[in-house]
Amino acid sequence: MTVTLHAMARVNDVGGQSGFGLIAVEPDEPPFHADWEARVYALNVAMLRQGVYNLDQFRDAIERMPPAEYLAASYYERWMAAVESLTAAAAPAPRADDD
Amino acid sequence: MSGHHSDSEIAVRVRRLEERLIDAGLTSDEQLDGIIGQILSGSPANGARVVARAWVDPAFRGRLLADANQALGELDLSMSTGPQTQRFTVVENTPTVHNVLVCTLCSCYPIGLLGPSPSWYKSEAYRARVVREPRAVLAEFGLELPAETEIVVHDTSAESRHMVLPLRPEGTAGLGEADLSALVTREGLIGTAAV
Repeated sequence: MTVTLHAMARVNDVGGQSGFGLIAVEPDEPPFHADWEARVYALNVAMLRQGVYNLDQFRDAIERMPPAEYLAASYYERWMAAVESLTAAAAPAPRADDD
Repeated sequence: MSGHHSDSEIAVRVRRLEERLIDAGLTSDEQLDGIIGQILSGSPANGARVVARAWVDPAFRGRLLADANQALGELDLSMSTGPQTQRFTVVENTPTVHNVLVCTLCSCYPIGLLGPSPSWYKSEAYRARVVREPRAVLAEFGLELPAETEIVVHDTSAESRHMVLPLRPEGTAGLGEADLSALVTREGLIGTAAV
């Protein structure tokens, strides 16, 4: 048996793969489906402008999500997870006993 | 749309994230509102203007195909609304070649010219399939191309963006730029429709 390992392929590298089903087209789709999606979009652009991280780091943060999480998440949920992880050092979450 | 979380749960999480970043002095409400306004101002009407100009002005068309970043400046347009501008290439449909765009790795897209991208463009299904069976995918979008038409799929990367220059429809010789640009659709600029 021959096992070929593609060490560089990440879960986002879906070009040519089978099994994702039909392409769902939403007629008259709005730019964002909820206010939080627009806020996540804006937070990411703001952090990029501020230089907290760069676009390559942002893409990397999405691409190294655990595959099961990546596939279960919606597009802007992935963005949220990336912004959360990339800003953890610059703006630490308050500790639970800080209140 | 939102996977395994409820929308309200996520909205709370995003609000906490936003408060944290504002408290840390990294952004402000005004800046965030401004950024949202910017993305919403991007529209396929911008890309359509570029196409109409290329249809009526062969010299502009030549400059657009040679160096699209430069040519956009002539119309006071930019391919990006974000902080970075990437190399921009316009690919021209001909009677024998049809172009279609994808970003197999994620969602790269010239927002400044096409507006926010549709969910299908970002979906795993489109990204996976259009490079494997473009003719079948285009047919699902209602674009049946003759078997002899060559289909070229452009996989956009982090450093570059593309836009399709559709074929000018027959019977439009008498139309001016404004009327011509009204014929151009977002799907035409992506390549999943003829115009």
